[in-house]
Order: sequence, then structure tokens, then C-alpha cells
Amino acid sequence: MNAYNFAYLDEQTKRMIRRAILKGLAIPGYQVPFASREMPMPYGWGTGGVQVSAAVLTPQDTLKVIDQGADDTTNAVSIRTFFERTAGVETTTQTKSATVIQTRHRIPEDPLTEGQILVYQVPIPEPLRFLEPRESETRKMHSLEEYGLMHVKLYEDISRHGHIATSYAYPVKVEGRYVMDPSPIPKFDNPKLGDMAAIQLFGAGREQRIYALPPYTQVISLDFEDHPFEASKADHPCGLCGAKDSYLDEVIIDDAGGRMFVCSDTNYCTARQAAGHKGKDAA
Amino acid sequence: MQAETLSGGFATPAVEAARAFRSVMEAMARPGTIHDIRGAEPPAPLSPAAGAVLLTLCDAETPIYLAGAADCDAVRSWLAFHTGAPAAGPSHCMFAVGSWDALSPLSDYPVGTSEYPDRSATLVVECPGLASSGAALKGPGIKESAFLSLPEVQAFRKNRALFPLGVDFIFTNSSRVAALPRSTEVS
Repeated sequence: MNAYNFAYLDEQTKRMIRRAILKGLAIPGYQVPFASREMPMPYGWGTGGVQVSAAVLTPQDTLKVIDQGADDTTNAVSIRTFFERTAGVETTTQTKSATVIQTRHRIPEDPLTEGQILVYQVPIPEPLRFLEPRESETRKMHSLEEYGLMHVKLYEDISRHGHIATSYAYPVKVEGRYVMDPSPIPKFDNPKLGDMAAIQLFGAGREQRIYALPPYTQVISLDFEDHPFEASKADHPCGLCGAKDSYLDEVIIDDAGGRMFVCSDTNYCTARQAAGHKGKDAA
Repeated sequence: MQAETLSGGFATPAVEAARAFRSVMEAMARPGTIHDIRGAEPPAPLSPAAGAVLLTLCDAETPIYLAGAADCDAVRSWLAFHTGAPAAGPSHCMFAVGSWDALSPLSDYPVGTSEYPDRSATLVVECPGLASSGAALKGPGIKESAFLSLPEVQAFRKNRALFPLGVDFIFTNSSRVAALPRSTEVS
């Protein structure tokens, strides 16, 4: 690891990112522009999250990286190895023993605690981007708190599908001020965003934005009185551990339409199996 | 050039800056909490905590305003050598450091614009003491309520009223640091 500065980035870059993180924490939900660097991985693989993690890591930290809840997919394994090599930090797959958790599109099932930091990888940080492509306009809309367009979009969902069909990257309002994209987490995870004990940091590398939620921040998923927000999941227990309260992935298992549902959070699922819980598809 | 100017920086910059930043970040994310911050030995009248904050966050891109007693040759040359940060007046600074009286009034500092509220100053306030008692704090980062020994209340309420604009505060004393973001309601 001596070939690199601690945690890969040079110190001036880290200072720039750290200043952005502090302003992000001071203005919850506001997207702070930052001078994102090229990282030794392609955009879309978590360059924003990696830069934020590099700026907050200390040698004493224990890092966990998940990709859609899983510790053992390519993205998670490569980022974990990256920080093992460049920062020399301990890594783990256990949610409870991690101090910094970098995540792609999930919040772990186990509740996070005060000592922990959750770093999200964000592809499109601007919640209004698909409604208004011009940055100059979306910036004005945020400054004027003009979020009517977002409610129109949710209303169009209802008029077309009978319910709000947005199932991931479900927009939230932070402390009654900024509308924020919680990154493409399933809306099942949205209720965990608010009043969380851990610090939540969001990094978008290609789009060059950092934003943050301090602990115990009010985060409300947008909805209507007659169509209240609902955190949905597949209506099955996990096939391996039998959990009824976790977010599930649907896995196709043969050519005849056979499928099973398993916990997306691999650490949660294996811990439950180790504790003796068994689902109907367990070997 | 004096030896004092060249010494007193972080011994292992990457690691000590990382630790110092975590203290500042925890303080900013949880207003009212007080954290240890170490590694810097700046010349008087700067406290080790204020020195560490400036070494961690400042460089040639961040104009610093030195207020009152902090505006002395020893501090100026120490910051110039260790951070390269240019000096600036209160209306053009990104960071300001000094005692509360020297930093006042707050009306001089950039508070950001409605489209870029992050383009605002961060004030490093040197305090005679820090304690988790005194003014009551409410807002993001605080579970129910928190307390912090603030130099006064009125200025922070006025700053909160500007939200999402406003300046942010880092309080330093000896080797300890606390913070107050603009989002906190003070009473």
C-alpha cells in the first residue's frame, strides 16, 4: 500500500471533498458541487461513493461494501479490495462491526448505529433531472422550492397505473426544504432514511455532486393524502432464511418459469441461516 | 523565517488529517457534541484544535480571514507555509478564525446564494471553554435536544433564519472541537 497516498486520493482532493461534505451536512439534502476526480474504475461503478469513502476513512475504520445488498458481487468485492490495498483498512461483511459502509442501492436490514457512516453511490443526484434536463432550471427550482412538477409526475403515475408506480429512487423531502434523490434504493428502504442514527453521505462521481443527511434528520417520502406512501416488497418470505421483514430479490432458477425469493441483504440472510432459520427453498 | 513557522504541522498529514476531519465531521453532523482533535501545534494565539481544523480543510483555494489577535505575523506565516491559503477580508473569505468578539458582526461574511447556498463562510470560533451545557439546540443531527456553551444566542438565531443560506460554525478550545451548522435552532 506504500505506493499510494493513504486512501488513494491526494490530500488536496480530500480537502476539497471534505469541505463539500461539511457544507452538505450543514444544508441537508442540498447537492454540493465538487470537482470529482477520475478514479481507477468506470463511471457507474461507484466513483462518487469511492471518493467520499476515501475522504472519510481513517486507518482505524472497518469497511463494508455492498452492491444491491450483497457483499460478494463484483462491484462490492473490487471496491473492498481497492481500499484494502490503498488504505490498509480492515474490511468486513458484517453490518454490525463496520464503521464505514459503502452501498450501491440498498440500506442494510440491521439498524445502523451512531458510530457508523453510510456512503451511497449515486448515479443521477438530481431528482428533477428526468422532468427538467437543464441544470440551470433545476437549480432555480430548488432555490425557489418549486417542486410542483414532481407532484405532477407522481400524479401521472396514479392516473396511469392507479397507484404511484415509482418503486426505486423514490423522491423524498428533507427537513421540509430540499427534495432529494435517495439514490436508486428500493422504496422499501425509504422509511429508514429519516431519523437514522448513522451519518448518511451521498456521492455522485460523474455528476460531481455530494449531499448528506445528518443523523436524526426528518426525511419524508412525497405522497398524496389519498395515496399515501407505501414501502412495498415482494409478498413472500425469503426462500433461504424465511425472513418476512427483509427486502427480497427475485431469482429465476430454471427455464420453466421457476423462481425463488431471497433476501437482497446477504449478511442479514446468512446470519439468520446460521441462527437456525430455514426457508422453504433451503438445502 | 522562524523555526516556529516551519514546525507544528501534521507529522503524518494523510492520517492525521483524516482523523481530524472525522472529529470535525462528527461535530458538524451532531451539533452539541464535543470531540478531541489533535496533531497540530500552531503558534499562539491559535489553539491546537483551530490549527488542526485549518490544516485539515484549508489550502490555496480557500481564502482565510484572520480576525483580531489571530491576525499576527506568527499565525500568518504559519498558515502560509502549511496551507498556502491566501489572506482575505471577511466579505471574501471561505474560512475565518478568531475569538467571537473579533469575528463579530456576522453580517460581513458570505452566506451563499439561493442557488449555491454552499458558497458561504465557515467560522472557526476560538472559545475560552467548551461544554455540553448552555444554549438548547434542536434540528438535524440532534435526537431530541442538545446543549452547547455558545458565546450568545441572538446571532445564531438570526443566522438560522437565513436557512438555507447562512454561515456555519466550528468551535475550538485547546484540543477539542464542536460545531453548529446553519440548520440548528438555538434557544
